[in-house]
Amino acid sequence: MAATRAIAPKPDEKPDISDKSAEVAMRAPRRRPRAWRWADVGEFAGSAASALLLTWLIFDRFLPFRIQGVAFAVAWYALTLPIYWLVVRDGHGPVAARDRLASILITTGAALALSPIFLVVGYVTIRGLGVIDFGFLTETMELTGPLSEAGDGGLLHSLVGTLQQLGIATLIAVPLGVLTAVYLSEITGPLARPTRLVADAMTALPSIVAGLFVYSIVVIRTGWGFSGFAGSLALTILMLPTVTIAAEQVLRVVPGSLREAALALGSPYWRSVLLVVLPTARAGLATAVILGMARVVGETAPVLLTVGGTNILNVNPFSDYQDNIPLFVFNQIRSSKETFVERAWGGALLLLILVLVLFVLARLAGGAGPGGKSRRRRGAAK
Amino acid sequence: MEANDSEGPTGLAALGLGEPPEADGPRRIEARMSRSDRFYRALATTGAGITLLIIVLIGVFLLLEALPAFRAAGFGFLTTQRWDPDSVPPEFGVAAMMYGTAVTAIVAMLATVPLALATAVFINEYAPRALRAALTSLVDLMAAIPSLIFALWGLFFLVPWLQPIEGWLVAQLGGTLPFMRAIATGSSLFNAGLVIALMAIPITTSIIREVLSQAPRHECEGALALGGTRWGMITTVILPFGRTGIVGGSMLGLGRALGETIAATLILNIRFEIKPQILETGGITVASGIAVEFFDAQELGLSALMAAGLSLFLVTIVINLLAATVVERAKSAA
Repeated sequence: MAATRAIAPKPDEKPDISDKSAEVAMRAPRRRPRAWRWADVGEFAGSAASALLLTWLIFDRFLPFRIQGVAFAVAWYALTLPIYWLVVRDGHGPVAARDRLASILITTGAALALSPIFLVVGYVTIRGLGVIDFGFLTETMELTGPLSEAGDGGLLHSLVGTLQQLGIATLIAVPLGVLTAVYLSEITGPLARPTRLVADAMTALPSIVAGLFVYSIVVIRTGWGFSGFAGSLALTILMLPTVTIAAEQVLRVVPGSLREAALALGSPYWRSVLLVVLPTARAGLATAVILGMARVVGETAPVLLTVGGTNILNVNPFSDYQDNIPLFVFNQIRSSKETFVERAWGGALLLLILVLVLFVLARLAGGAGPGGKSRRRRGAAK
Repeated sequence: MEANDSEGPTGLAALGLGEPPEADGPRRIEARMSRSDRFYRALATTGAGITLLIIVLIGVFLLLEALPAFRAAGFGFLTTQRWDPDSVPPEFGVAAMMYGTAVTAIVAMLATVPLALATAVFINEYAPRALRAALTSLVDLMAAIPSLIFALWGLFFLVPWLQPIEGWLVAQLGGTLPFMRAIATGSSLFNAGLVIALMAIPITTSIIREVLSQAPRHECEGALALGGTRWGMITTVILPFGRTGIVGGSMLGLGRALGETIAATLILNIRFEIKPQILETGGITVASGIAVEFFDAQELGLSALMAAGLSLFLVTIVINLLAATVVERAKSAA
């Protein structure tokens, strides 16, 4: 792996690196420092094979009891590491051995951290695919009881609730978030530092606390009771920091020369922001909005305390109980009836699809967020 | 400099903009904002003010609602394990909840920090260049997946999958290590912590990755040019450079882990008690306690839940503020 590069350069090759023209003149073969050599593959394969046999020897011949596959795999992995270390140490020295061992451990760690996402998406798809059909999207749970088939009933009421609550939350959070972002990046007044800190801290505000807050103010104090709108307010609190931070990052990379050009032409500040800065950052702002929506569409805890949850269709978000998809999934999954649990997986798959669609939209809209930032940064550097 | 000063007024005067040339002193620049501009500034300031205000309001209102509970429970609120706020006399406290929150958060962090660090280093230094953007997107996608879905997967896939392994561990080690003992495994604080780790990993990874990617490239190349291995470069240049970022990213992940509700609610078997056996079924965290007890709560019960919520809010806000400051410093250090 990595060590090849560090170990492979032999002393006589050094002039090649320092003097490029000489290298070309001598037609030296191009060195590819990161590539594997077959000897490295061989070393690793040999170590793995010997560890496998050793594991088999221990588990199958020495131990008095059988051990399940997981333990076998773990033991195999654990034995491969020292054997490989010894092999490389013998051939290339201790520094290279440590380097290769680190490569393996880091790769394993990354694989462990990233594998759940494939398992989750796969598992939810398998469990949910059989449930989602036309009826699932167009019926409610009003007439569905514990004895109904899994195919009966649907989550129309939850879908309507999710769309309305998400829409209202977006309508409130986006102007507020963009205004805050404008303040942070265009005005940079005395509130900028505390606001940025608070926005950063709010991204990890426990969602249930946002729910409790809205519950105590809107549901109890005003006597409004449970409603979709209360849920929207809780979602707004959670959406606000995401939108603010993403929008601020986008506004910050709008070239200053554009602002100065607008001001030099005699436009007041507000016109330069409204007609120059914001339109320039249009794509990134769209991404900020969508990221905010993706952040809250699956939130369960706050809506649990504010929306109420119901089995019937209520298209008025401003009064009475509503439902939404996460709540639907949460309530169905806790049932002991198998048919309810199956519907919950259908809801989970629908939720996953919604999030994936929002995520892809965000990427298509212009790449804010850590992944796309490099692209914007490259664009800004040009 | 001097040339500019003497030339400025004449140049402007030539354009008919400045003052006549005889006024050669430094000109007073007057920046008077129009009324519309003042409105725009006020509007944006209000927006930022509202964002600030929300956090303050959350704290104040939770405190107001929690006061009756604090009065009823007194100092016992911090030390009582049971949760019976609506019984007569009321007896409740956050001790068991806080303990569960701490245990799940510690388990989650023990899994998150090494994995997130390895992933960040892998994406930056080991992954093929072509894969780098895709892997970064994958981490972002993982962060976007609702915690509810991770919780469902944990409940139906991960926990049953772990059950025999944990059973084996309990059987082998339970005799010697008291905290490994368990009557039943499955709905335990340990498993809840593992599922919560799934939600803390993406945010921690993406922050650590971002900070590490700002490590000065010429120093990395210097380390390699001196004959260092890749691991040598990582330990001598990249990790020391990113130390603050790693701490800050982990703390933001910790904030996520502390506030995670649904995973703990679905996986834990609700038990209000402090016990050292982390593999044993039963436990409670603050967030899941609120979600579970909410619907049965009467008047004082609600107030007690607000008090629990307030304590969670204070703990996470302090941690997040610290983390945000640390991350900010790590990023601006580059």
